[in-house]
Amino acid sequence: MKVIEGLYYSEEHEWVKVVDGKAYIGITEYAAHALGDIVFVELPEVDIDYDKDETIGVIESVKAASDMFTPVSGTVVEVNEALEDEPQLLNEDPFENYIAVIELSDINELDDLMDSEAYKNFCEE
Amino acid sequence: MNHKYIPHTDKDIQKMLEKIKEPNIQALFKEIPEEVKLKRDYHLNTGLSESEVSKTLKALSNMDKNDLIHFVGAGSYDHYIPTIIHHITSRSEFYTAYTPYQPEVSQGTLQYIFEFQTMMTELTNMDVCNASMYDGATSCAESIMMAVSKTRRNKVLVSSQLHPHTIETIKTYGHFNGYEIELLENKQGIVDEVELENKLTKEVACVVVSHPNFFGLIEDPSDYIDKIHENKSLLIMNVNPLSLGLLKTPGEIGCDIVCGEAQPLGIPLSYGGPYLGFICTTKKLMRKIPGRVVGQTTDVEGKRAFVLTLQAREQHIRREKANSNICSNQSLNALAATVYMATMGKKGIVEVCEQNVKKAHYAYQKITSLPQFEKVFDTPFFNEFVVKTNINYKKVKDALLKENMVAGLHLGDYDTRYNNHILFCVTEKRTKDEIDKLIQVLGGLTV
Amino acid sequence: MRQYDKLIFELSKENRKGYSVPPLEFDSIQIKDVIPEKFLRNNENALPEVSENDIMRHYVNISNKNYGVDTGFYPLGSCTMKYNPKINEDMAPLFQSIHPYQDELTSQGALKLMYELNHQLAEITGMAKVSSTPFAGAHGELVGLMIMKAYHEKNNDFKRTKVIVPDSAHGTNPASASVAGFDVVEIKSNEDGTVNIASLKNALNDEIAGIMLTNPNTLGIFEKDIVTITKLVHEAGGLLYYDGANLNAIMGEARPGDMGFDIIHLNLHKTFSTPHGGGGPGSGPVGVCEKLAKFLPKPDIAYDDGIYRLKHDLPDSIGRVGNFFGNFGVMVKAYTYILTMGKEGLKHASQMAVLNANYLQKLLKEDYVLPIEDICKHEFVLGGLKDKSTGVTTLDIAKTLLDHGYHAPTIYFPLIVDEAMMIEPTETESIEMLDEFVTVMKKIAKLAKEDPGYLKNAPYHTPVRRLDEATAARNPILKYQKENDE
Repeated sequence: MKVIEGLYYSEEHEWVKVVDGKAYIGITEYAAHALGDIVFVELPEVDIDYDKDETIGVIESVKAASDMFTPVSGTVVEVNEALEDEPQLLNEDPFENYIAVIELSDINELDDLMDSEAYKNFCEE
Repeated sequence: MNHKYIPHTDKDIQKMLEKIKEPNIQALFKEIPEEVKLKRDYHLNTGLSESEVSKTLKALSNMDKNDLIHFVGAGSYDHYIPTIIHHITSRSEFYTAYTPYQPEVSQGTLQYIFEFQTMMTELTNMDVCNASMYDGATSCAESIMMAVSKTRRNKVLVSSQLHPHTIETIKTYGHFNGYEIELLENKQGIVDEVELENKLTKEVACVVVSHPNFFGLIEDPSDYIDKIHENKSLLIMNVNPLSLGLLKTPGEIGCDIVCGEAQPLGIPLSYGGPYLGFICTTKKLMRKIPGRVVGQTTDVEGKRAFVLTLQAREQHIRREKANSNICSNQSLNALAATVYMATMGKKGIVEVCEQNVKKAHYAYQKITSLPQFEKVFDTPFFNEFVVKTNINYKKVKDALLKENMVAGLHLGDYDTRYNNHILFCVTEKRTKDEIDKLIQVLGGLTV
Repeated sequence: MRQYDKLIFELSKENRKGYSVPPLEFDSIQIKDVIPEKFLRNNENALPEVSENDIMRHYVNISNKNYGVDTGFYPLGSCTMKYNPKINEDMAPLFQSIHPYQDELTSQGALKLMYELNHQLAEITGMAKVSSTPFAGAHGELVGLMIMKAYHEKNNDFKRTKVIVPDSAHGTNPASASVAGFDVVEIKSNEDGTVNIASLKNALNDEIAGIMLTNPNTLGIFEKDIVTITKLVHEAGGLLYYDGANLNAIMGEARPGDMGFDIIHLNLHKTFSTPHGGGGPGSGPVGVCEKLAKFLPKPDIAYDDGIYRLKHDLPDSIGRVGNFFGNFGVMVKAYTYILTMGKEGLKHASQMAVLNANYLQKLLKEDYVLPIEDICKHEFVLGGLKDKSTGVTTLDIAKTLLDHGYHAPTIYFPLIVDEAMMIEPTETESIEMLDEFVTVMKKIAKLAKEDPGYLKNAPYHTPVRRLDEATAARNPILKYQKENDE
């Protein structure tokens, strides 16, 4: 299972990549694989504030539906609209396809997340 | 014992018990605790032979009046039903199948549902239809829950000219589910735009309007739909789908969710059920629609095929997070409606609608020209109308029943402000003779 | 036979017709004079234009692509796909021309039938009172939970906002609880799907409105501790809800009312032989104990002075849950069935259903995982092939069964068993049918070792083969569009 170094990871199998104070959020390969063929992504609305661990969307596969929780607090500034037409991008390359971008309101929250090594161990458990 | 539905001979039973190494049938129930075991026979009849059963049911049926001429509608309509429908719904390949979970051996069911969805979107001019719901009232409750979930708002403005039973049903659902209903009073029998505007606050998830409404009147939300949408609320229309062969459609109006009772599309009266609810909606709200939905796809060889789709919305996947708990549809009645719509077709459906309007207006004009009856509303109607009389309702009802006719519904039973108001219905099935007879009886009544 | 692949719309030809409406007989009224144009439809509908013969052949042809109980063995667990007696179908039309608003005195037969059916069902389940108003099993569940809530509200006990649902429960249970406005507390089950008494005790408190159970449970195992369970829940102030999906296991042997359940729902389309209709209409009567009778939905049916009447004035009722009185036509069929079976026939049906299930369980466990080695009731759950090395899954087995002329069992449910296959033979299948089924299941187990690839691509001989469900959900096509329209 692929895990990329330099990203933050949550126990809900999301990755966070921080660029200029903005957090790109996506799901890991582990999550994409567990869901199976992803058929629909309900994206969050732009300009809405979310608290850490709040539901920001839903990912649906043929036989499952999974709530997506934001691992960090902040305002959604961008969503990946390509997923509306091609949700399968999350299966094809989950690390290349973020779901939403959040303007971080508390950078310290990143400390609660795992690094790639810790996440790898977490998945193996 | 031997029974015609149960094939086990005594020898079979012996052989099977030996195989599973149990001494007798009672041993199969040994883990049931003594204190809950039923130690007596049911207090029920002993099994009857087929001819006895048939005789009993016919005797019951003979206690009913089965040949009445109906001038009542109010949610249950006596339309002409093409004979072909029951020949198709009686095919046991259709009626003995389960929900089409294994699409490879359920293409028959899946295809007619796909056809049903298509035809319903044709009548309503909406993008999407589900595979059907229990009935009109529950489809309205489900539509409201859909709007509440979509808008994350909790208040529902409901025209008081919905069928009173529908209003009661959505109130029951609302009480437990947690949405709040406020009724809109009518003006000339239809929604009062000014009142609607005044009540349209930021808490309003949706506005529910019936078309034609309970009084049979045509409601056209075109004039106020923009205000509803500006408020980020949704419009729900509870329709009689048959009427849409002729009347302005929810799609043309720009409606968000359409629900209703499709019994007029080839389903018998059958003492109120089973009927056929449905929900149509826009592409935008497609993934919020409750119930089964069938989609077109291909099999591994590229052949066109149909399958239950958008299943991630449903209770078996979402469990307590699902917006609806529904896990079936009125499939066989959806088949009946599909065959009805195919039979009537593009032109027949319009012809039926026109006949309903013409026959109902013929009766309306004659009845309201009688001195005992007067007009109530000045709003156009489809196949039902309200008249007012000084004659006691029971007298009207009994006089008509003597001639084998069923009077319209007494509205005073639902709202005392409408005492002595009667809601008549005249469908295409009523002949001129029958209507003339109705008028003759009504004309002969005295206070 | 030819491969038929048309949609009804593809048969349409302008000006062909399949209808004949009654004559109008007068021409004194014009539409435009009575309905202003702005209220009229402004576009043409695109319903098909087809002849009666076209329609008949079309639907007969597509019916041939369906598999029903009348086609063959349908061992779909928890669905009780028993034979649908033909006399039931013949009796329902006797009542189809009565209007729900015609005078009660002209519908005494229909009212009597509903009244008697409710009493028969009350006797069969041991409940004080039954209402057949709910339209389906899920609707019955919802109505039952509304009654549960109404009871606590009547006692001014507004704290009780939670309902306990075991993790082995059908998805409808938590969904119904949620629609009825409850929060769901899931408790872990024992391995055999029975209630874990420790986790139940842990979950019970003064916020619990009740618990939803089936008995026998989803693994076909009878809750031996049912008396302890009802006592615990009642002591904690909660109510017990019985999901009647599995009633076919215990008719004549035990009754949910005697076990201490307060609210139940039944499925007339399972236990009482009314057809499933390709997904409905069914009927989901609700039964309650004495103290809850006043909360049942409207209307009630009363029998006074030799006359059956509808009663609407019921102040404590949860209210109306549908337009009229439920799926009456389905009730006629269930009533016909009960008359035909009688008390001894119903008991015999459950006994043979249980015998059939145990016989199949015994024969199939040689090749398939049987997680619970115990006497089962009317159904049992297997955990896929014993030999896991082949990579053949439950889905592959299900699809291969279709090729052999059987419907597949319920698969991947309950969730607490890996690779679950839930098998319910019902009492209407003969030993010969069960033996043939076993032979095929053994053949599949053998094939899985020899040629797993073959199973992975099954079915081969069905009207269509495995479908692309992912594309169907990604880019939904939910109505017919002419090819050049896109």
